[in-house]
This record gives sequence, structure tokens and C-alpha cells, in this order.
Amino acid sequence: MTSTLPGWVRFAAPIGVGLLIVVAWTLYVEFGDAPRMLPSPAAIGNEFVLRWDIIWDDMLITGTNALIGLTVGSVLAVIFAGLAAAARPIDGMLAPLVAMLAVVPIVAITPILNTMFGASSQFGRQAVATIAAFIPVFVNVLRGLRQTRPVHRDLLRASAATGSQTFRFLTLPTALPYLMTGLRIASSLAVIAALVAEYFGGPSDGIGTSIATYAKSGRAALAWAYVVGGILIGLAFFLVTSLLERLVARRSPV
Amino acid sequence: MTTATTPIPVTDLAVKASGVGKIFPTKAGEVTALTDVELEVAAGEFVSLIGPSGCGKSTLLRLIADLDQATSGELTIFGKPARRARIDQDYGIAFQQSGLLPWRTVGDNIALPLELHRVGKAARAARVAELTELVGLTEFADRYPDQLSGGMQQRVAIARSLAARPKLLLMDEPFGALDEMTREYLQGELTRIAAETGAAVVFVTHSIPEAVFLSDRVVVMSPRPGRITDVIVTELGDVRDESLRETPAYFEKVTAVREALHGTKVERANER
Repeated sequence: MTSTLPGWVRFAAPIGVGLLIVVAWTLYVEFGDAPRMLPSPAAIGNEFVLRWDIIWDDMLITGTNALIGLTVGSVLAVIFAGLAAAARPIDGMLAPLVAMLAVVPIVAITPILNTMFGASSQFGRQAVATIAAFIPVFVNVLRGLRQTRPVHRDLLRASAATGSQTFRFLTLPTALPYLMTGLRIASSLAVIAALVAEYFGGPSDGIGTSIATYAKSGRAALAWAYVVGGILIGLAFFLVTSLLERLVARRSPV
Repeated sequence: MTTATTPIPVTDLAVKASGVGKIFPTKAGEVTALTDVELEVAAGEFVSLIGPSGCGKSTLLRLIADLDQATSGELTIFGKPARRARIDQDYGIAFQQSGLLPWRTVGDNIALPLELHRVGKAARAARVAELTELVGLTEFADRYPDQLSGGMQQRVAIARSLAARPKLLLMDEPFGALDEMTREYLQGELTRIAAETGAAVVFVTHSIPEAVFLSDRVVVMSPRPGRITDVIVTELGDVRDESLRETPAYFEKVTAVREALHGTKVERANER
């Protein structure tokens, strides 16, 4: 059914649905019995434009925390996945640890980390984002490092390639699309983790802190405008990593 | 080319296997994949290994390539142990799957063995130009493998196997996945390439006409346990073109190989 849809419908349909929701939302706020914390979309948009400079500053704080977490978490994940793929005993050691780390609820350790590193440090938030990003990258890269095809391994062996050459010419390029998939998943998680971590202390800046502050003080439209800011960060991360993934996947193993 | 009467000096032999056997350990016990293989391939000679699946023809090729190790017997390539020959790049290899790296261009795929052995960029480019010309893919050097047909991919794989100018080519059913017409065309190309490069070829196939058309000698193998049961000298001369496929001599050899495969024992004077 989807194959018969003309191209413009693919763009028009979601926009139409979005407009419909905005109209319904506005009508509900204007004429319905809406709670006080739900302002109309127009009010939120207005506040977003008006307060853009402070929203942008906080977006930079949260975005930077997420980016640092994503970068550090991914680099660590690649290194550990490389070690696990290279040696079975290391894999055996790491597997239960990673499984443990994967089931630790991020929100559970966030207050501890935030208190540990003090109210003036972003480190606790970055550490939370790092842990969140680590898991999907580790799992995907480890999988990718094991996807080399027998015919390729035979070829490299027949060409008398050294171990490091085999890694550089075959194992790494084969794992690259998997790394990109891991990064795409990790990017959203890192943003969410960095934002949620702000609810549990640390410095009084960032998107999450602002949402909490303005929601508590009853400035609903501004709180919602910050939510939009958070969405924008998440979108930016997702789009960049999706683009990277698509670029790499163009020549992925057939 | 092949002389059964005068002994060939051992260094002139591309491949010499004596008493070679291979046993695979499995859960259900040991499986004898090959037993007591005696085979000599002279330099420049084209030898096919043919037989039903499970006869160990691919195993034998993998032993020669040092992709697996023989459990018994002695195997030398140009007078060296198989492992030494592999490290010295004495052979080039092509498989049923082309095994091209999809993220590298045709040219970079052909140059892979050279790159692995740190051949300079200019020398690589020159060799790639020669080889793409040899296999008729000059215009495709900058394409990626997934933009090529199966037959073209296989020609790239052959070009790659020739990159380091080996004196021995090992081919494991390289045309097995291709349609009949492409297959016959590439067979003709392969005899030309083998003649031009002067390389010896060990060619695994399960096609009787293919084996006869290409080879100086056809080695017939049989399963359970894998072993050589017959060797048929084709004596079809050096020129292998399309007209050969319709000569009585060719048909006669096809029949001979078929009979050898099906076990109807025909006495042949030219057995080694």
C-alpha cells in the first residue's frame, strides 16, 4: 500500500497530522477545560521566540554534556568491544559487567553521582550520559567485529596479511556500519540521560533544570518552550548520527 | 607439457603432494576428508580436480593454500612447505564467491594483495591498469563491486589473484555461481590468461565439460574417504577456443572423465 503513495504524501501526511493536533490543542485550551499547566501552542511558540537567547544558552550546556557523554562513552565502548572481540577471556569478563551496567537504572545513580562531584560540576551529568551511550555502542560494535565473512578471512590469510592488517583492512570496515547504528541509538540516549540528570542536582543551568524550575514556579509556557529546546537537541543528535550511518551503509557488506 | 616418463625436478613442480591426508575431528568422531593423495602439478600446467561433493577436492585446494593443514603426508609448493609458499605469495587464489570487499573500488580490490605487501602507490596503479586491461574491465576500475554483474565480479577476483604475479593459481569453483554463457566465456578468458601469465593452475570444479576444456590433466576424485581415483590427460593442445568444444577429441575426453566419475572402469594407457 505504501508503495503506491505519491512522494508528496509522505511529506504532507505527517505535516497534516501535526497541524490537526495543533488546531485541536488550541481549541481545547481556548474553549475546553484545560489544566493551567497546558498553555496553547501559540503561547509556547511566543515564549520560545521571546526567550530564545536564554534557551539557547541552556541548550548549549545540555547539548555539550550529551556530546561529551556520547563521545567518551563511544570511545570507551569501541576500545572495550575491540578487547572483547580479540580475546574470549576478556569477553567473558566484560559480558556480565556490561549486562549489569545495562540494567542499572540511570535515574537511580544520578543523584549519587551529582552529589559526588559537587553542585558546581557538570561531571556527574556527563558521566551519566557516558554510561547511557556506552551500552548500545559496545553491544553493536562487538557484534560488528564478529561479522567478517569466511571468504574474506580466507582471502586475507591467503594474502599473508598480518593480524593488524586483517583488523585494519577487513574487521574494522565490516564493523563500521554496526558502529554507526550503535552511535545513532546512543545519541538519543545520551541526550535523554544528560537532560534527566539535571533533575537530580548539579549546577543550576541546562534544559532539564530550567524545565523543573519554571514548571514549579508556574510559568507553564516557558517550561514548554524549554521542552521544545530539548527536542531540538535530541533531533540534532539523531539527524547527524543518522546521516553518518547512511553515508557509511552505502558500501556496507553485501 | 606433462611428461609421465621423464621425472620433473622437484623445484619445477608447482605442487607436490605425497601421502597427504586430512582428518577433521567432529562431535560424532573423526571424519577422513582426504586420504593418501599423490599429486604432482608441473610449472605452467593446468590441472582440474573434479568429483562429487564430499570428495575432498576443495579440502585439497585449501591444504595447498595453507588455509587448512594436512594431518599426514608431505605437501610442497615450488619445493617449499605450504606455509612458506603462502607467506611468500607464491600463489594467487579465487573462490566461488568473488570475495570482493564492498567498500573498495574494483581497482583497490585488485590492488589489495599488493597493498598488504607494501607495494608503492605508483607501482600498484600500474599493475591495476595492466590487470583491468587483461580481464577487460579498464573502464570499471573506479566502480564498486555492487555495481558489477556476477561475471564481472568474478573477473575482478581473478585479476586480484594475479596481482602479485604468482606462478600458481588456485581456483575453487570460480565460475560455479555463473550462468552457462558467462561461464563458457570466462573459461576461454581463463585459458588465455593462464597462457599469457605462464602460471600453473589448480582448478576445482564439478563440471565435466569445464574440467576437460580447461585442463591439461583432470584429476578425478571420489568421496568416503576423499581420494584420487583417476587422472585423465586431455591432450587437447595449447589452443583452447570455442571450436574445441565441438571436436570429437573433446567429446571423447568428456566421456572418459564421465566414466571415471561414475566408476565404470575403463582401462586407459595414459594413467599416471
